Amino acid sequence: MTTGKTLIRGARPLGADPVDVLLADGRIAAVGTDPTGPDASGAEIVEANGAVLLPGLVDLHTHLREPGREDSETVLTGTRAAARGGFTAVHAMANTFPVADTAGVVEQVWRLGRSSGYCDVQPVGAVTVGLEGKQLAELGAMHESAAGVRVFSDDGKCVDDAVIMRRALEYVKAFDGVIAQHAQEPRLTEGAQMNEGTVSAELGLGGWPAVAEESIIARDVLLAAHVDSRVHICHLSTAGSVEIVRWAKSKGWRVTAEVTPHHLLFTDELVRSYDPVYKVNPPLRTERDVRALREALADGTIDCVATDHAPHPHEDKDCEWPAAAMGMVGLETALSVVQHTMVDTGLLDWAGVAERMSHRPAEIGRLTGHGRPVAPGEPANLVLFDPDHRAVVDPASFASRSRNTPYREMELPGRVRYTFLRGRATVVEGEPA
Amino acid sequence: MKRHLVSAADLSRDDAVLILDTAEELARLADRPVKKLPTLRGRTVVNLFFEDSTRTRISFEAAAKRLSADVINFSAKGSSVSKGESLKDTALTLQAMGADAVVIRHHASGAPHRLARSEWLSGSVVNAGDGTHEHPTQALLDAFTLRRRLVGTGLRGAGADLAGRRVTVVGDILHSRVARSGVRLLHTLGAEVTLVAPPTLIPVGVGSWPCAVSYDLDAVLPKSDAVMMLRVQRERMNAAFFPTEREYSRRYGLNGDRMARMPEHAVVMHPGPMNRGMEITAEVADSPRCTAVEQVTNGVSIRMAVLYLLLGGASPDSASTVPAATTAPALPEENQ
Repeated sequence: MTTGKTLIRGARPLGADPVDVLLADGRIAAVGTDPTGPDASGAEIVEANGAVLLPGLVDLHTHLREPGREDSETVLTGTRAAARGGFTAVHAMANTFPVADTAGVVEQVWRLGRSSGYCDVQPVGAVTVGLEGKQLAELGAMHESAAGVRVFSDDGKCVDDAVIMRRALEYVKAFDGVIAQHAQEPRLTEGAQMNEGTVSAELGLGGWPAVAEESIIARDVLLAAHVDSRVHICHLSTAGSVEIVRWAKSKGWRVTAEVTPHHLLFTDELVRSYDPVYKVNPPLRTERDVRALREALADGTIDCVATDHAPHPHEDKDCEWPAAAMGMVGLETALSVVQHTMVDTGLLDWAGVAERMSHRPAEIGRLTGHGRPVAPGEPANLVLFDPDHRAVVDPASFASRSRNTPYREMELPGRVRYTFLRGRATVVEGEPA
Repeated sequence: MKRHLVSAADLSRDDAVLILDTAEELARLADRPVKKLPTLRGRTVVNLFFEDSTRTRISFEAAAKRLSADVINFSAKGSSVSKGESLKDTALTLQAMGADAVVIRHHASGAPHRLARSEWLSGSVVNAGDGTHEHPTQALLDAFTLRRRLVGTGLRGAGADLAGRRVTVVGDILHSRVARSGVRLLHTLGAEVTLVAPPTLIPVGVGSWPCAVSYDLDAVLPKSDAVMMLRVQRERMNAAFFPTEREYSRRYGLNGDRMARMPEHAVVMHPGPMNRGMEITAEVADSPRCTAVEQVTNGVSIRMAVLYLLLGGASPDSASTVPAATTAPALPEENQ
């Protein structure tokens, strides 16, 4: 890309009729049916052949593992995976070693993201020191740091103390922050291994009841209303949680929620294999929950899709179920799974996908340079996605350092052809550039 | 028969009856001065125990030895496992040493399932109890004991199942692998199973199990052909499953008065070890209606039958093929 200009020919912005899109100087220079003119001279040409052009995807929930667990992922490998999945910005969760609970750690992660160049990395700060749930971390210092943190989460652990949660919600109002809650009542989930229901009863695995999620969400939407602050619900997984969020939104309270691709597709029936690749927190739920989550994402009750990309080394999954780590990688399959579960089923159009995977998450995270319209003058953060492609998921092709994907050997639709970060192609024909 | 015995659900009615008939045949061995058959000579059976269970381990050990197998006991304590070796590496080690069958007891539900479906081992996997999941040989020995007591021994019982027999299982169903295997197998054999426990010790989701559930022991006792009392760990009350041992034993323990309400022919079973004074009183435990000791004897016969059927049909160099055994063995007339 020597000229810094790219002309994408025949792309369908948000699935609309094909147009040509000229990128120059990191921005969208022109969108139209006539590509000619002096501006396009010397531009690299990308033939879209009718592929869908979306704003670069934004993930509110990514585990990049650095610092501390570079054996499973680094900022570099994680952002390459993100780019390959069509993302131009990811929020890096705070449960690293050391925990991202100080300005120093969030700045380190932020700088690693800047030097990777594949994707913007917006660090999430811990709500409490060491994710221990006892003492507020220096939220203000993290906000004022170069990383400019606005999203705070103890993800992996629930902020279960009602007073700490209330104070955190109140405190971040000073800088328009949001608390992203991992809703899991700890006492109700001691020894929990999978969704509590008919399958857990048969398999003899400790149950993770829906009520453990729903009771925390119910409490937290009430707290957010009481102090008039913003709460975001991480990886919402049950039909009951959907009902509570819908009710809270109907009151006008400032509640947002995300759902993961895997919760849109899989059920706890898969646990019958005892294959830990399906072990995740919150656990895979039931068919009824999957239906409710899809409907809620379609009607906007759930604001966005977030991957909860959770890389783990092979040995942490190649073992007996209770000994295995929780989580699955998701960055490189997210858009395909959303197409499969939401677009191909008629629940969302491509504009809806752009809303749920780019505009809304950028808005919740207050990222100004992302989640923008595909229009002249906007930052050239874009993904060119071919929805007609079909392929079997091959973990060996992943850019992520980890391979713990539940989609292994599944055929999924769609392929990210190009990702552009401020006009630079970070992915060319499916491969990180 | 499949290559492995991981779950009672692996067994069809005919598989289960074949195991019971085979065990009945092998039980005759116990009456002989030399209690040994040459069937599994040169085969290696590994008892891989990640959890202490002397009772189950020596039962499998006795069973394998009476079939002349070489037995290796591998206890996780004091081994490389306690130093952090993974299940996979342990399995690969056993495979490299030529294990024809691995009898596994593990604290993790599903560990035998993982072993059986992995590429780590080529031999047979026998589940000797995994977490709160299953304990299929216990269910088989319970079914064997029931058939002997309620249907008849030897030829009288041979070929029969438990159709129409009413079996009540009482106690900590939630954490019980004996109950999970028992419900599956007894249902396969045609018995009508009723679970009785305080609601806290019944799993959420029990509705899909092929059995009835009651919270009222006294109402169920007169309609039971057998009452199986499960061990209830005293620590459970610390997690608020029930208030006190006294209250548990008052509401769900089996004492002499309650036993008197059972039909005359009905038996009391217990997989052991018993908590005398908790789920069962000494009066009941020591009564002739209690089959606890008999169950231990029958356990050896059942485990012989399982090892015989899983390993007996295949030669040592083709242990991965499915044994062709479809009939119970005929004991040789001469002792070996």
